[in-house]
Amino acid sequence: MNRIEARFQHLRARGQKGLIIYIGAGDPDLEATRQLALAFDRAGVDVLELGVPFSDPLADGLVNQLASQRGLAAGATPPRVLETVAAIRRDSQIPIVLYVYFNLLHRRGLGEFIADAARAGVDGLLVLDLPPEEADSYQALMREAGLCAIWLVAPTTPEERIARIARRASGFIYYVSREGVTGMQERVSDTIAAMTARIRAHTALPVAVGFGISNPDQARLVARHADAVVVGSAVVDRIARLGRAPDLVEQVAGFVQSLAAAVKGGEGGSGAGTAG
Amino acid sequence: MSAPAPAPPLPDAGGHFGPYGGRYVPETLMHPLLELEAEYFRAQQDPDFQAELTYYLREFCGRPTPLYFAERLTRDLGGAKIYLKREDLLHTGAHKINNALGQVLLARRMGKTRIIAETGAGQHGVATATVAAMFGLRCVIYMGAVDCERQALNVYRMKLLGAEVVPVHAGQKTLKEAVNEAMRDWVTNVRTTHYILGTAYGAHPYPVMVRNFQRIIGDETRRQILEKEERLPDLLLACVGGGSNAIGLFYPFLEDSAVRMVGVEAGGEGILPGKHAARFHGGSLGVLQGTRSYLLQDEHGQIQLTHSVSAGLDYAAVGPEHAWLHDQGRVEYTYATDAEALEAFARLARLEGIIPALESAHAIAECLKRAPQMPRDALIVVNLSGRGDKDVAQAAAQLQLQMPI
Repeated sequence: MNRIEARFQHLRARGQKGLIIYIGAGDPDLEATRQLALAFDRAGVDVLELGVPFSDPLADGLVNQLASQRGLAAGATPPRVLETVAAIRRDSQIPIVLYVYFNLLHRRGLGEFIADAARAGVDGLLVLDLPPEEADSYQALMREAGLCAIWLVAPTTPEERIARIARRASGFIYYVSREGVTGMQERVSDTIAAMTARIRAHTALPVAVGFGISNPDQARLVARHADAVVVGSAVVDRIARLGRAPDLVEQVAGFVQSLAAAVKGGEGGSGAGTAG
Repeated sequence: MSAPAPAPPLPDAGGHFGPYGGRYVPETLMHPLLELEAEYFRAQQDPDFQAELTYYLREFCGRPTPLYFAERLTRDLGGAKIYLKREDLLHTGAHKINNALGQVLLARRMGKTRIIAETGAGQHGVATATVAAMFGLRCVIYMGAVDCERQALNVYRMKLLGAEVVPVHAGQKTLKEAVNEAMRDWVTNVRTTHYILGTAYGAHPYPVMVRNFQRIIGDETRRQILEKEERLPDLLLACVGGGSNAIGLFYPFLEDSAVRMVGVEAGGEGILPGKHAARFHGGSLGVLQGTRSYLLQDEHGQIQLTHSVSAGLDYAAVGPEHAWLHDQGRVEYTYATDAEALEAFARLARLEGIIPALESAHAIAECLKRAPQMPRDALIVVNLSGRGDKDVAQAAAQLQLQMPI
């Protein structure tokens, strides 16, 4: 079974919520990425979402844009990111999703990129700028390779699109909890409960909620409605500030641990039961 | 034997021109793009919308623009007879307002109260700021910091028109980064905001919508040349950045197989990585900023740096319909270098009393090469897509180095 599916099955059986952490690959370098991944695994992270650096990350806010630039400067090309995933795999079975812009797949060739990713130990892909309408061959190749195709649902996504996306999705559905680019925000969106309920009307897949969740309190709040909480920019921002500090991995893992405690602590119960 | 079935109209329902085009955007933008598409096609069929557009194009923008016989240039080159389609005489000084006006009317229909746009040379930004001012809409223009510097005059114009100009400091600080930033703004403010994309590029329906707002250039040219010469031209020339002025001129002639068409890209300092913006000469198939087309990229799919003396052509990708026309062999694509464009800029000014935009000067440069090779009864139409006032400071600096007066 795909590691993402296995992990969510495990969480569901225990009545626990999941924590998904995003970082940019190669920020500040690929060895740090490997060490962070292993530390996240120990800290209770359920899925690692690894951003593949791209020159034109138009869905990303400034924090993740800068991470992308640092990744490019560190030589984090797609082949080297996959080497890093393979290196993580030697020590960890943490589920890994690549967060990637479509041109990087397109340039390598869809079939080749997907096969390379599967071989390296990637479990799923989230292609930011590939809508279901353009994804027939992508979908088939992903299924063949046994990778989860993670799809986004946005606040602007109407009912019939949610249904269409849900039919294609595997692993989990990623609900982007606000209109905008990636980034941190002061308060969490108040539409999360209603939207997660709408998504669940179309699928039994777990619903992860992300974009803008920056601290344990917000993560705890979102976890009431979501099956998993995604935290990205708040972690990336810490990596940026710590840079090449010797205790980078320890510090970031400490923050991630506090998020894990917030997401998993206390509140059990199934996501569907608490959505209303 | 029955005749082959006519080719299906392009683009298809998903915005594809053969393997090009389509809609490659984050999910948040999908529904807004589908809404825009539906509203655009409704407006296109709506006589009231068309009447309003025609009214403002005539009364506010100054259409039709002349098709001007460039007598001294023709004589000087000693070959084909050269006509200039004078889009430079439009209000705000370039063809960009044809599209900006069409889209602002659409934005009003959709009840949007805020307008955003990207701009390279600043012509599209000025056109957008102008139509936003005209209808009292809030307006934000994204412009690469390098372009803000080399097109400072247009920055002042936009500010005078009440727009907020946001310099973009990411990447190489030119048009591509301005588009990224405009898309980030749109994704964040999509319920109140319409994004007036300035060229025949991006996710469907932009390429077809912008082409249709710009085809008035070709429609008028066709009527005018038939009036003046009682026949169609032999050759059409236009510069190609994203490609909106070129597709606007070419489109109404595509079925006329005797009319040859050449799009002129920016050759910059020559066809070496990072030194040019000639996507058909060193580019390859890729997906950037919403569409699938030719673009300049490295082996891994990272977008390459570009260079052109002309900010409006300094862009890593080309409109998907041009990619299709290129592959069909219907339009030929070549390039002019910075030096050739500057020479054409100076030559047109002296011979015809017309200072072209540096973008349009690329098309003139190709005309300088081709006209002498063609017979005297041949007809060339060059799209003079914009005027060069904005470029005078930059050109003066460069020309002094290259051809002392």
